[in-house]
Amino acid sequence: MIVELGHFALILALAVAVIQGTLPMLGAARNHGPWMDVARTAALGQVALVGLSFACLMYAYVVSDFSVLNVVRNSHSLKPMLYKVSGTWGNHEGSMLLWVLILALFGAAVAAWGRNLPPALKARTLAVQAWIAIGFYLFILLTSNPFTRMLPPPADGLGLNPLLQDPGLAFHPPLLYLGYVGFSIVFSFAIAALIEGRVDAAWARWVRPWTLAAWVFLTAGIALGSWWAYYELGWGGWWFWDPVENASFLPWLTGTALLHSAIVVEKRETLKAWTIFLAIVTFGLSLLGTFLVRSGVLTSVHAFATDPTRGVFILLLLVIVLGGSFALFAWRGPQLAGGGLFRPVSREGGLLLNNLILSTAAAAVLLGTLYPLMLEAVGGGKVSVGPPFFNAVFVPLMGPLIIAMAVGPLLPWKRGDLSGALQRLWIAGVAAALAGAWAWTRDMSTLLGLLGMAMAAWLLVGTLVELAGRIQLFRLPLTDSLRRLIGLPRSAIGMTLAHAGLAIAIVGMTGDSVWKQEAIQVMAPGETVTVGRHSYTFEGARDVVGPNYLAIRGTFRVERDGRPVTVLEPERRRYPVERNETTEAAIHPTWLGDLYVTLGDSQGGNGAFVTRIYFNPFILWLWTGVGLMVGGGLVSLADRRFRVGAPAARRTQSASPARPAAAKEVVTS
Amino acid sequence: MTRRVLSAAAVLLVALFLLSGTGHAGGVQPDEILSDPALEARAREIGRELRCLVCQNQSIDESNAELARDMRILVRARLQEGDTDREVLDYVVSRYGDFVRLRPPFQTSTYLLWCGPALILMAGTIAVVVFVRNRARTRDDAARPLTDAERARLAALLRDQPR
Repeated sequence: MIVELGHFALILALAVAVIQGTLPMLGAARNHGPWMDVARTAALGQVALVGLSFACLMYAYVVSDFSVLNVVRNSHSLKPMLYKVSGTWGNHEGSMLLWVLILALFGAAVAAWGRNLPPALKARTLAVQAWIAIGFYLFILLTSNPFTRMLPPPADGLGLNPLLQDPGLAFHPPLLYLGYVGFSIVFSFAIAALIEGRVDAAWARWVRPWTLAAWVFLTAGIALGSWWAYYELGWGGWWFWDPVENASFLPWLTGTALLHSAIVVEKRETLKAWTIFLAIVTFGLSLLGTFLVRSGVLTSVHAFATDPTRGVFILLLLVIVLGGSFALFAWRGPQLAGGGLFRPVSREGGLLLNNLILSTAAAAVLLGTLYPLMLEAVGGGKVSVGPPFFNAVFVPLMGPLIIAMAVGPLLPWKRGDLSGALQRLWIAGVAAALAGAWAWTRDMSTLLGLLGMAMAAWLLVGTLVELAGRIQLFRLPLTDSLRRLIGLPRSAIGMTLAHAGLAIAIVGMTGDSVWKQEAIQVMAPGETVTVGRHSYTFEGARDVVGPNYLAIRGTFRVERDGRPVTVLEPERRRYPVERNETTEAAIHPTWLGDLYVTLGDSQGGNGAFVTRIYFNPFILWLWTGVGLMVGGGLVSLADRRFRVGAPAARRTQSASPARPAAAKEVVTS
Repeated sequence: MTRRVLSAAAVLLVALFLLSGTGHAGGVQPDEILSDPALEARAREIGRELRCLVCQNQSIDESNAELARDMRILVRARLQEGDTDREVLDYVVSRYGDFVRLRPPFQTSTYLLWCGPALILMAGTIAVVVFVRNRARTRDDAARPLTDAERARLAALLRDQPR
């Protein structure tokens, strides 16, 4: 009954979306207030209905209702509760339901908090959001219904892939989707602006917080997935340039570019058409990612060909969305002439360089990801495009970007002074030279090590120089500087945090790529292996029983210079229901590097095991750095200026006579 | 085959990562490792360039598949016979085809792949330079007269404005 209720709610949500996609759009065209107001009610109604639908599916998982096919395939009564809940979205059908739930959530957020958006813009944005929703409701209801019953019900389910039974991965998809799908609202704003034929500073200001929110979620989602791979897959890798990873990285790259180009639209009313284009492309790449992951086209073209319904549906959706958007863009884009003039060396120039490099990087990654598919499709044979290609293409592009990242924020708008900025960065240059020299003189160093560390130091110190300049550090008394620091706009602090975070993350990426150490061997109890400056003594392994798995747990005593450091206990888990094994690495994180041990197969009968011991230098800096980037985004989101769309800002708005006029202008144009 | 099926399931299940079918600590086993560390290091480098043909996007260095193990042993055997890195790669490619190379070869079918990023960067740079030149021209934008529509709207707005 409850399951049917969920199914019914989803169908109802589709009906509401159809209304939300048509009436408000007509209302905006005819300047008919009540019709436009339908959007708000419908958007809130949609989120309630999809939320109910999702809750019904989750209920089926929680109570292990094995008369539901989806639950049978992806759950088991013995699974811990956390993974019963996360099992709701740990499968194709459920994850698509999560997709539309988040889509509806963003629509409702705009409906609820966008009270002082111009009514026509809001109506059109929500209508476009509903169009996307219609496509995905149809997709779920016609090809991927999670509420299908299975009669008679089996005694128990088939279980969830043990690799997914991990707290990191339980929350990875929702975060990632909040980012992925979050860009939908930016897309809807862009399409609405194109329909109105108007993009201005106010538009950019309304759009930026949504872009930022989506970016924060996407960054956190990607990082969580990367972190999960690092500790779960058992060899300490954290990025594989895998097509599915690339699918999430592509919208991140263009989304980051969008975040920066929207600043130019807001401050200088230029780069308008480009920003709209980026908004369309970013969401387009999110859709493409969904298509790549959901259609099975990546596994093999054959898998796609044997069950093409889903793939073809999403592909069709992709073609309609992108084709329609680009046609609209080609028609209306040229009208969006920009205003502000600027010299090449200026803040605008720096942000343009950022956009050029990030877009090129995105295009290069897209090319590499799709090339094997395209080549095979045109009968050009099979080719693999792997990490060596992506590293060769991507890493060199990032060099100039990072160098420019320290300079750009020091340049004023319109016209900058490059030599002046570089003079202020002398200390960053010194830091870069020192860091490079330090890296070069280490064992096993490479040019990559030197360049990576030098750039990280350059960017970190350069970012601090910018902050010091803003608060007049050492020019004013320290207390005055601190007062200035507290008084800085949150968005400025957010930028500092995010840029510094990237610098710190680069330390981790470089360190782990260049100085990683490993030892693979068979160890009998009592044997000791030295990796780097630590010695690891294997004390044997014993059997452990988990909630739904059996494990072998090894014990390693770790010492450094004869002093005990820690005890590491890696596990190998066997999941009898799913007939699968996982490796649980034992990790001791330190700022200099992670001590990382995994347990392999048993060798001979004397308690000996294959062991893999790694030293992953500076990897903690990577997670810290990404954490700072996310933190920077959140701080920036808290900026007062961004809350123009929030109810609290209404008073300021009605106080200024210019605002309603501007809003009216949008309506009449 | 089971690995393949499991991999396919993982693709559908995981939003971000595509995994090897099994979760073992992957790759090189102790009994494969060469006693000469310099030779072993070269073998690892080569291993990272070669695709495990039965896996999803994994190098033979990371994979647990039997085939990957066979290929690792093959690479080490060739190295021990004194092949250069290039010769080893060529030998493996001659046996398994171009698909085995994670770094695609530079040939007719991949010109677009390898030159694409540079072409995109060039096109982008030209577009940016043209745009910036236009932006930098000291043309007085403010002197552009209002269009009729703008004038009408301005008049309307001024009328609405309380004095």
